[in-house]
Amino acid sequence: MQPGIGAGLMGAIGALCTTLAAAGDVPPPRQVELRQMLTQDCGSCHGLTLKGGLGPALTPEALAGKSPASLRATILHGRPGTPMAPWSPFLTETEAGWLVEHLLNGTAHAHAR
Amino acid sequence: MPTRAEHLRLSLFTALVLAVSGCAGPRGTGDLGLVIERATGSVQVVDTSARTRIARIDGFGDLSHASAVFSRDARYAYVFGRDGGLTKVDLLTGKIEKRIVQAGNAIGGAISQDGKVVAVSNYEPGGVRLFDAGSLAPLAEIPANGANGARSKVVGLVDAPGDRFVFALYDAGEIWLADARDPRAPRVTKFSNTGKQPYDGTVTADGRWYLAGLFGEDGLALLDLWHPAAGARKVVEGYGRGSQPLPVYKMPHLDYIAAAGDRLFVPAAGRHELLVVDARNWKELARVPLAGQPVFVVARPDGRHVWVNFAPPHNDTVQVLDSETLATVRTLKPGKGVLHMEFTPRGEACWVSVRDDNLVRVYDTATFAELAALPADKPSGIFFSARAHRIGQ
Repeated sequence: MQPGIGAGLMGAIGALCTTLAAAGDVPPPRQVELRQMLTQDCGSCHGLTLKGGLGPALTPEALAGKSPASLRATILHGRPGTPMAPWSPFLTETEAGWLVEHLLNGTAHAHAR
Repeated sequence: MPTRAEHLRLSLFTALVLAVSGCAGPRGTGDLGLVIERATGSVQVVDTSARTRIARIDGFGDLSHASAVFSRDARYAYVFGRDGGLTKVDLLTGKIEKRIVQAGNAIGGAISQDGKVVAVSNYEPGGVRLFDAGSLAPLAEIPANGANGARSKVVGLVDAPGDRFVFALYDAGEIWLADARDPRAPRVTKFSNTGKQPYDGTVTADGRWYLAGLFGEDGLALLDLWHPAAGARKVVEGYGRGSQPLPVYKMPHLDYIAAAGDRLFVPAAGRHELLVVDARNWKELARVPLAGQPVFVVARPDGRHVWVNFAPPHNDTVQVLDSETLATVRTLKPGKGVLHMEFTPRGEACWVSVRDDNLVRVYDTATFAELAALPADKPSGIFFSARAHRIGQ
């Protein structure tokens, strides 16, 4: 592992712990699944690195100014008229909230690959 | 007349030369192909006769949603990466010949009929760029500004006879036809209002019909490349029959049209169904219920079977249908994250990438027995060199 990646990973883990403290009710094994879902499934449209594809970029810069509540609602209920599908069959409100925090604070981006 | 000892020396020397030059001596590329390893930005060169990997090449950048086309001598592959990377790879040496990053966000590409021009379709900046297939030097840019003036993402780029390229504008709902006989000054014919949100496009094996799948409405957009002046039209309209579409957790793809005789097989968008279309009149012949939202629908080269993979949560399944009776012949469970399927040129085997198992599984297409399972790091697209000689690939 390159030192840069290691440091980035430590930073991401640190930030993740903060996230955990805030939205503490997503158990770690589920977090692993959610991160996988974000990279692979969200990534099919938003890009594996979340920099955008057919769907818009999901980087902290791209999402700046959007309210966490509306982002959560978009994830759970989709956006009619666009290909954004409702993910509520696969995610609870809490899990969608965890994803939103993860996206907004940039830790999702650090993980995405 | 050489003596016996001289003979021996001579044959030993020959053996040595062969060993030094890489054992095999000259070889063809007709049974070679690429497997994209999207997580690591690497590509494997595979041998479909020996069912083995012969090289692994790093340095391709972001390969999410990567695809490839081949030079007409089938020696080189052009790999199109999500990050705008265009990489020319030598299948024989297993080395990158040339790599450029030509845009911010790209979705695929095509090679011209004469093999001289590579075209790339871009999301950012929306449009198509043309490059010299030898040097990858830029030749021309076609910005995709729709009729409303706004820049659009470009999808479904394919080549067509006459050194033309055809593609669709996702945001603008248009189909454009670019004549690239003069690749520095392509002549573009634009067809507007061809259908909402085209998500991908493909061309029939003879290069006559360009077909774009639509996400924004039930139907397909069709352009007759023999008679482009007649304009594009919508076919198989209203296949959802007014009902609410199901959520699509991964967009269908129209990589290469699945055909058997006069029948074409097209994934429905927002329906867990396969549309069977009569290629003589472009009417719906039948529809087949499927295990989930279809992503790729590919026909075995003889047309006898059609293989389908699916969007999440059914992406662990491959459904094989009989093209005549439309019955399910077999349901395979290769593993979670089945991303792509590629038949060997004459179809005796099908290679299936299984992302979460880090494997490419090779199936016997007659018995469905697994012939091999090759390790690959999060494999996605599989592209065999036989594509070099097919229109639209």
